[in-house]
Amino acid sequence: MALVARLESGGAGRVATPVRPSQATGRRLIAAVPTLWLLVLFLIPFLIVFRISFSEVRLAIPPYTPLFSWHHGSPHVEVHWSAYSFLFTDPMYVSSYLYSLKVAAVATLCCLALGYPMAYAIARAGPATRPLLLMLIVLPFWTSFLLRVYAWIGLLKNNGVINNVLLSLGVIQHPLALIQTDFAVYIGIVYSYLPFMILPLYANLEKHDGTLLEAAADLGARPWRAFVAITLPQSLPGVAAGSLLVFIPAVGEYVIPTLLGRPDQLMIGRVLSDEFFENRDWPVASAVAILILLLLVVPIMLFQRVQRRELEGAK
Amino acid sequence: MSPQPTPAASQPAASAHDSAYVRIQDVSKRFGDFTAVDHVSLDIRRGEIFCLLGGSGSGKTTLLRMLAGFETPTTGRIEIDGQDLGSVPPYERPVNMMFQSYALFPHMSVEKNVAFGLEQERLGRDDIRRQVGEILEIVKMSGYAARKPHQLSGGQRQRVALARALVKRPKLLLLDEPLAALDRKLREHTQFELLNIQQRLGVTFIVVTHDQEEAMTLGTRLGVMNHGRIVQVGTPSDIYESPATRFVADFIGSVNMFEGRVSANGADGLCITSADLGCTVRAERPGVGTHGATVWTAIRPEKIQISRTPPAGAAAARNENVVGGTVQEIAYMGDMSIYLVRLDSGSVLRVTLPNVRRGTERPIGREERVWLSWHGSSPVVLAE
Repeated sequence: MALVARLESGGAGRVATPVRPSQATGRRLIAAVPTLWLLVLFLIPFLIVFRISFSEVRLAIPPYTPLFSWHHGSPHVEVHWSAYSFLFTDPMYVSSYLYSLKVAAVATLCCLALGYPMAYAIARAGPATRPLLLMLIVLPFWTSFLLRVYAWIGLLKNNGVINNVLLSLGVIQHPLALIQTDFAVYIGIVYSYLPFMILPLYANLEKHDGTLLEAAADLGARPWRAFVAITLPQSLPGVAAGSLLVFIPAVGEYVIPTLLGRPDQLMIGRVLSDEFFENRDWPVASAVAILILLLLVVPIMLFQRVQRRELEGAK
Repeated sequence: MSPQPTPAASQPAASAHDSAYVRIQDVSKRFGDFTAVDHVSLDIRRGEIFCLLGGSGSGKTTLLRMLAGFETPTTGRIEIDGQDLGSVPPYERPVNMMFQSYALFPHMSVEKNVAFGLEQERLGRDDIRRQVGEILEIVKMSGYAARKPHQLSGGQRQRVALARALVKRPKLLLLDEPLAALDRKLREHTQFELLNIQQRLGVTFIVVTHDQEEAMTLGTRLGVMNHGRIVQVGTPSDIYESPATRFVADFIGSVNMFEGRVSANGADGLCITSADLGCTVRAERPGVGTHGATVWTAIRPEKIQISRTPPAGAAAARNENVVGGTVQEIAYMGDMSIYLVRLDSGSVLRVTLPNVRRGTERPIGREERVWLSWHGSSPVVLAE
């Protein structure tokens, strides 16, 4: 949430101006709404999940041991680490975490490689074509995400569109194994998350001062040198924002690997869902969720640092 | 230069050195239907500061951008030191530019900014450091090498931008409104410093400005532009004292301008009768216009004398170059005062007088009856 809010403020940041007291109360009131929202819909549920992760499974409603109980008239606190220790005894969990990180990282790099030139082209396009190109980027959101992932099944499956075309052209003799592979998961994630890479990158690149490139050319830099020395370093905050917007949700992605991915290698989002709904082991599921969060804390803090440095630079 | 015949091949080079270092020949630039620069030809000499002066949309910036290589002329030719720049991209031109916004690279330190141009030439690291150090010394920014542009004041940024453009030792330095972003006090100081640096390094400068004061103090010669054309080229005093057109007279400094008719054109000058002015103007210098032609007479406010009594003399007796009026408004500026005098004809003349003495006993006041007169050398007669 904080991430998105920062992005909307433009990334470059505004210079703080002195505030009158009446203005200050107004600002506090406005800030109170999102704060309350985050408190009720994020922080409290998080604390509930956190608390469940320190319980044990029990056949009851709710299906976990209570944290506080009364034993012979005195309060009793029960903290169990078993859910966490269990995650490290079964290699399936560790491998799922590592696999999720790998898939998210590779997909993020692919999005960056595809998205940067696209964002650059849109930022350099004429004022008439620019809204049209941006519209095309956002257009897929007009159909349901689930529908679009299902459509990829139709394209990638053994007797799907791609295999049928290649077979009929005689390029291949046997259908390629496209579906239920890592490749299909990458296709799905890159396709679905590309706009989240392009939009913050565009927002950054569009603000670049063209005279800086003219100055670089004037000082003897060829276009490619000017790009590397001027445009690229100045676009790094956009790169960071886009990459994290892709990477963070991709780590916990559930739908895409479930529909397109390998049945023998689960991503952590699927593991989490299975623990809740298949095994009904809420403590382990909660521990999985907490560990995902811990894994993502590092990139989120990195992002915040990049943003803060940007803000300082803008002043 | 030398009387003996020189080989044909060396002649153009030699003449390029003497007269035209930068040669702009019949250059035009059109953007769609709009002609930004219209058949401009200019010769700029080595080592001079040439100011292109004009209002917004006069084409001065487009001309500058064509010299830098950011725009290509639609027609015409640009040469520097005998080299045709027609298809040379900006990064290969022996020309550097100081941008109006300075265009310093925000993510690089002062030192890195200045070194950027030299790094493109792939010079050795020690060589770069030495040259950067020297140029920062010249612009008095040695103590700020490690700062980022956003940590500098406007005047300091301007120096860094100048250093960055000069460190490449360009044959020609283009300056786009170099002083526009500075406050008044700083401008004056920077102006003289810019002149100083230019004389030390001997680089040819072309300065674009809309500020006539800046152009007059900086430029060895000025080119006044209007609607994409060069209207007049000359030294600051040429342009001020002998403007070629009404536009130039009006654009540079302030001027009193009156329409009139040539009533005599002889050896002793030109006589113009003007209903606007209500007297006859006699201009000593042979001016334009045949008998009966409509012309404009321009007189600078500081060239008019103001007195309480009608001036004596033969000219005054003939009712030439003298006119009566009433003081309508006085603006005290400290070093001088501006008088707006309503003439008997109804027009208003602007007169400026330096305040030579402290506390004049009985200064001319409002609503006072005065006589205005000027010397026969003062009026400039313009046909267009």
